[in-house]
Amino acid sequence: MSASVIIFYILSAIVLGSGILAVTNSKIFRAAVFLLFSLMGVAGLYFYLNNNFIAAVQMVVYVGGIVVLIIFSIFLTQASGSDMAKPNMGRAFFSALSVIIGLMFTLLFIGEQKFISTTNPSIEPEVKNIGRQMLSTTEHGFVLPFELVSMLLLAAMIGCIVIAIKRPITHLKEN
Amino acid sequence: MKEIGLEHILVVSAILFFIGVYGFMTRRNMITMLMSVELILNSVNLNFIAFNKYLYADKLDGIFFTLFIITIAAAEAAVAIAIIINLYRNYKSIDIEDADIMKY
Repeated sequence: MSASVIIFYILSAIVLGSGILAVTNSKIFRAAVFLLFSLMGVAGLYFYLNNNFIAAVQMVVYVGGIVVLIIFSIFLTQASGSDMAKPNMGRAFFSALSVIIGLMFTLLFIGEQKFISTTNPSIEPEVKNIGRQMLSTTEHGFVLPFELVSMLLLAAMIGCIVIAIKRPITHLKEN
Repeated sequence: MKEIGLEHILVVSAILFFIGVYGFMTRRNMITMLMSVELILNSVNLNFIAFNKYLYADKLDGIFFTLFIITIAAAEAAVAIAIIINLYRNYKSIDIEDADIMKY
């Protein structure tokens, strides 16, 4: 068993173990911290697959952005040390049953499917190639979705401010 | 022991996806449901990267899809948390059973 295989299994164990703990832990702050470890494990898998740029984006956006946002909202809305209500047994049982059946089907299909790799020369997924193709206006460029997604992000940010802004008390009394 | 192939990554991401689905179905707290959705989106991203690396190494399309999904996930998480904060201000609770004003 080579070192590469061992590293893959360690990373998978981190991702899946902390993922399970993130969805089952009864303390919400601990669940958020386990989610953090799971997302860092996914970034490690991207490094393992030689996609350094995607791994860096994953670390910056998910680990540095979304999880911190989630932890802040936990502090704003919850008594983070107290236990959450347990899911009732019937719902947990049937959820686990449907999830296990779905997982078995998926693994069956993965086992039966034959994957045929391309024989064309490969492109290295380095930042230079990604940036050139993303901002190119030729046939295989991605500049239009890039601009669309930037507009979407701007709209989402303004929408967040509008939704979460605290309206003055006098305004509420008028309504 | 043979090398790590596409199937190994697909198995990991399938398990991660169903962990997220389980969390989404059992949790009744909005923030933890949002965390489950993040796990699901991450498993999809992992699939895109693995297919791009192992099957279509001559293209970069999987990487672009992953980048766009990460961007949209960030926007989605921000909007969801704004809605959660607003709900907490009105109901003093973020349990989904308590927010039922639009239900009947």
